[in-house]
Amino acid sequence: MEVILQNLTKRFPNRDRKKREDVIAVKNFTLEIPDGKLIGLLGPSGCGKSTALNLISGLIKPTYGKIFFGENDVTDLPPENRGIGLVFQNYALYPHLTVKQNILFPLQNLKGKDRPSKSEMLEKAMEAAKLVQIDELMDRKPGELSGGQQQRVAIARALVKRPGVLLLDEPLSNLDARLRLQTREEIRRIQKETNITTIFVTHDQEEAMSISDLIVVMKDGIVQQTGKPQEVYDNPDNLFVARFLGTPPINVFEGHIRDQRLYIGDDAVLDVKGLSDRSVYVGIRPEGFLLQENGPLRCEPGGVEVMGRDISIVSRNKASLNPAIRSIIGADSHIDTSGPIIKFALVPRKVFLFDHETEERLETGL
Amino acid sequence: MNKKWKNNGLKAWLYLLPAILFLGAFMVYPLIDVFIYSFEEGYNSASQTYWGVGSYNYSYVLHDPYFLQAVKNTFILVIITVPLSTGIALLISTGLCSIRPLRNLFQTIYFLPYVTNTLAVGLVFMVLFKKTAYSDGFINLILSWFGGKPVDFIDGPYWAKMFVLCVYTIWVVMPFKILILTSALSSVNQEYYNAARVDGTSRFRIFMRITLPMISPMIFYLIITGFIGAFKAYSDVVALFGTNLNAAEMNTIVGYVYDMLYGDSGGYPSYASAAAILLFAIVLTITCINLLISKKKVHY
Repeated sequence: MEVILQNLTKRFPNRDRKKREDVIAVKNFTLEIPDGKLIGLLGPSGCGKSTALNLISGLIKPTYGKIFFGENDVTDLPPENRGIGLVFQNYALYPHLTVKQNILFPLQNLKGKDRPSKSEMLEKAMEAAKLVQIDELMDRKPGELSGGQQQRVAIARALVKRPGVLLLDEPLSNLDARLRLQTREEIRRIQKETNITTIFVTHDQEEAMSISDLIVVMKDGIVQQTGKPQEVYDNPDNLFVARFLGTPPINVFEGHIRDQRLYIGDDAVLDVKGLSDRSVYVGIRPEGFLLQENGPLRCEPGGVEVMGRDISIVSRNKASLNPAIRSIIGADSHIDTSGPIIKFALVPRKVFLFDHETEERLETGL
Repeated sequence: MNKKWKNNGLKAWLYLLPAILFLGAFMVYPLIDVFIYSFEEGYNSASQTYWGVGSYNYSYVLHDPYFLQAVKNTFILVIITVPLSTGIALLISTGLCSIRPLRNLFQTIYFLPYVTNTLAVGLVFMVLFKKTAYSDGFINLILSWFGGKPVDFIDGPYWAKMFVLCVYTIWVVMPFKILILTSALSSVNQEYYNAARVDGTSRFRIFMRITLPMISPMIFYLIITGFIGAFKAYSDVVALFGTNLNAAEMNTIVGYVYDMLYGDSGGYPSYASAAAILLFAIVLTITCINLLISKKKVHY
């Protein structure tokens, strides 16, 4: 089902009564989510992404703005009438019920002609359990399951009513690193198999980038950028988005433009066109550095971290905002960091310039 | 390793020693003593002598109509007050948890009886129920408004007295139960309720299938302690009906034990011991049954 958000805004009264201003958790959130896609809502904690999810689920009401599921305006519908499945961060599995009873629970709430017969319910529950591969565990209690299995049960419970939209609140945050990789593939597979429009919330950019069709980057309740993961990564709209996406993170330098040239410290690193002389922030992706004998950017070498496939060179530069600059070089290149200075050339399309005041991206033609 | 463990064990015993000494001197020893007295026939606490050993004390107590009356009273009290007080407390605390304004005020009001002295509360109940030469009591006044005949609740028919005692007991035990249940209810994770809401669960079903199982350990705790407390009822009865309980037909098992020791007919420690052991056996049995049932119904 297509999900459309129009100017969705949520204000909460301030807890601190001395401050009169409301807290704006989500501000003017407008988004069109195409049918059958997997969307990642991404942002640091407190950015309003969970609030946005709860608005879509109906657990909280927007201060203003509208939500459409397909043609239907669901803004004023309670959660149970929206046809959604919701997976909570802590799964919220009922601990006193078995896996089977947990999955059956939403079906047993149905009344009248919607209510399937007992055997139909069992069939549906089994189907959902098979989809998430927990059909062997139906008679266990949630307490007897591992975190990953609990997660699957929660997804099965959310899917058993065949919702039009599946919502996942930080689905992977309670799992360990290895399980997280596995489970995110699993979520991707389930989403593909069921073709249900799925929205999930995460603060982990890697997680969002790896499985989403679209990512929405949020900060302080405001959507910063929306797009396909790779496009957002390659074309960040502002400094925040550039910094938030990518591991290792982007390296940011104080720079300035003089006579159509970009300077980092005293080094003229690139030619830029169409920009007047001014101060800028220069963001350079770790993969945007090239080791070159006569490269223009001079840094002080700090060490080398070998990570198997790649080598990360740690270096320092006075103009850098990060304490250490990390650049990733293919492991087969020869590296000599014994000298007092290490020189880099830059890959132009991995270099982004941002306005010093607004932190918005500057068009440079790089 | 082994030696270290031994040392630790010694240390643990040392820490436990004060508690063990006190419990031993004031709990375990008297218990054993009471058990022994209950088999010593005609024990005299002044001369520390007895005629013989046997089960005569038990036979006497079990054939004593006053004891049988006390057992009957106690059982009626237990069976009526424990389920009712727990049920009403559950209703009130559910209500308390679903209101926002003035919640703290109501919580305080509901807790007041807990910090009020039993005898003072007894006095209030006297005002409510007692019939004197000048007035029929507040409750009779209300009854008369609805065309009812005045009933003597304190010195009148058995059912009226039992009614007053049950109301009184329920009223006295309620605050503690409400306190425990409100905190149990508010400790249920809100996420379960949100999940249930998304699934379209009716309020009644949420209460039966989620809330109740979640707080079942606390309910069970209240039922067990409620049973034990009600079986040991005594001071409440005295507060309402005075000390001559046998005459009022309102004696309880603990009251019977007290009468046997110190009452007008007192001076029979052997009978008192036998009655006390019988009470102990009853409470133990009921508690064991409770535990057995709870294994199926309580979700930890």
